[in-house]
Amino acid sequence: MQAVRGYFRSPPAVIGLVLLLLVIAMAATADWLFPRDPLSLAGRPLVWPFQNSRFWLGTDNSGRDIAAQIFHGARISLLIGLVATAIAILIGIVVGAVAGYYGGTVDTILMRVAEAFQTLPNFLLLLVLVVVFGSTLATVTIAIGIVSWPAPARLTRAEFLSLRNREFVQAGRTLGMRDIRLIFGEILPNALPPVIVYASVVMAVAILLESALAFLRLSDPNVASWGNLIGLGRDVLRVQWYVSAIPGIAILVTVLAVSLVGQGLNDALNPRLKGR
Amino acid sequence: MRILALAGRRLAASIPTLFLILVGIFLLLQFAPGDTVDAMLAQMGGGDAVTAQQLRQFYGLDLSVPARLGQYLLRLVQLDLGFSAIYGKPVAIVIAERLPPTLLLMTAALSFAFFAGLVLGVLAARRVNRWPDTLISTLGLVFYATPSFWFGLMAIVVFSIYLQWLPAGGFEDITSLQTGIWRTLDIARHLVLPTLTLGLIFLAIYLRIMRASMLEVLNLDFVRTARAKGLDETRVVVRHVLRNALLPMVTLIGLQAGTMLGGSVVVESVFSLPGLGRLAYESVVQRDLNTLLGIVFVSAILVIVVNFVVDLLYARLDPRISAGG
Repeated sequence: MQAVRGYFRSPPAVIGLVLLLLVIAMAATADWLFPRDPLSLAGRPLVWPFQNSRFWLGTDNSGRDIAAQIFHGARISLLIGLVATAIAILIGIVVGAVAGYYGGTVDTILMRVAEAFQTLPNFLLLLVLVVVFGSTLATVTIAIGIVSWPAPARLTRAEFLSLRNREFVQAGRTLGMRDIRLIFGEILPNALPPVIVYASVVMAVAILLESALAFLRLSDPNVASWGNLIGLGRDVLRVQWYVSAIPGIAILVTVLAVSLVGQGLNDALNPRLKGR
Repeated sequence: MRILALAGRRLAASIPTLFLILVGIFLLLQFAPGDTVDAMLAQMGGGDAVTAQQLRQFYGLDLSVPARLGQYLLRLVQLDLGFSAIYGKPVAIVIAERLPPTLLLMTAALSFAFFAGLVLGVLAARRVNRWPDTLISTLGLVFYATPSFWFGLMAIVVFSIYLQWLPAGGFEDITSLQTGIWRTLDIARHLVLPTLTLGLIFLAIYLRIMRASMLEVLNLDFVRTARAKGLDETRVVVRHVLRNALLPMVTLIGLQAGTMLGGSVVVESVFSLPGLGRLAYESVVQRDLNTLLGIVFVSAILVIVVNFVVDLLYARLDPRISAGG
């Protein structure tokens, strides 16, 4: 309860929450406000925003409603962000827990693998994965999850290293608990809070990674993604710059909201570190 | 000498990592649909099965996977990265041609992010929780959330299309052949927007870390001692706090080297710079797997070298590291 009150006392955290709810509301109402396929032709191409009441954010180079693409794009961004983050955190927790709990050779091998992932630029690995597995929505999401696991793994491992010899763990061991139960039933719940907070960082990066991939036309072309629209608007940047500008603002607001909420949670859960 | 030994040990420890990366990526690329020969035949406008067979034999693509992996690693030890069928040149030469713009861009963006982040972080920490701090911290958050390619496009709209101050892309002006100092200035003018674009996210990160680390050091006892002996605030910050607060910033350079290389893929294609990042993108589109593998190798080496330099720098900044061994 105190954490909740602490959260709402910080203005940036509240702003972040409001922005995030706004994006979620956009995603939720997309089908209701814009029932047609957002990628279907809607009217004349390149109508400026606020010129035609039917397309209040204008239309893009091929006459598709920008507002519809923004609303439907919110779904895609949130979906990719959430699923990719879940994958990254899940792999990270399992690898980090096993490495931190057992230590020794297992730890060395797993951390070597994590190091290999961190030495190779994330985006480059993402490109390789897209070359190999193609660029559908599912493969892109999984690929983003796969490139993002090392940081949560290191965080989980560090927590496990400090927790694995505490008294409650030794007590559990004396009671004859199996390793699996000790790891996931006893230690993990205590190690989880910082990892969950870190998930906001992973999600922000995941959304940015997908938009960059879509901008390079290497993501799924058959969904209304904000990055796709920016890439499309690039062809008419000289005059109709709004085609690229509008989806960029949507990405900025979403990533900002996710980071602010994450920081707010962090401050509320660790009051001692406030302001850092 | 001890520092060198320490950093050298870290360098040696990165060889298995490099090996792991290369083997992993090589095996991964075996699953890629279509090989170089397919891409070549597509470029030539098609060909029959016999030609394809001969080409595969010529490039050694008909051997088993372990045999080719072994061959590849053996050639890598001799620094032979293979042959790019798309560019018709050895991969090493293709990469060497594309490396300088990327190195220049990365160095410029890193310096910009580091120094601007340092100055803004110090300013924010000295006025903590007052309006300059709030303003700087908010800006940092917004920069962090901005997709770099979008910022680049908007910078082109403002500075190249409306104001016409800076070129919209390219590495240098090829219509007028320039030499010496004028060529340098021309390249610098072309690199202003890419540097800002690539540096922006890192500026946000450096500024946050610098602020946090300043706040932490400002609370330590030796700072109180420095103040107590009557030093003015500027001297305390510059001579006593800064050096200690810099350590996390230096660590960050090593951690961010890879991210920066990845970011240059996007930034170089926004500004059509002929660099390594753009080459990576092109080789993805053209399925030039040999070149892609070469880029992976060079990027990993680059990250390892940056981390080696950071280790040396770190020891220089913090004498405790070399003394402790």
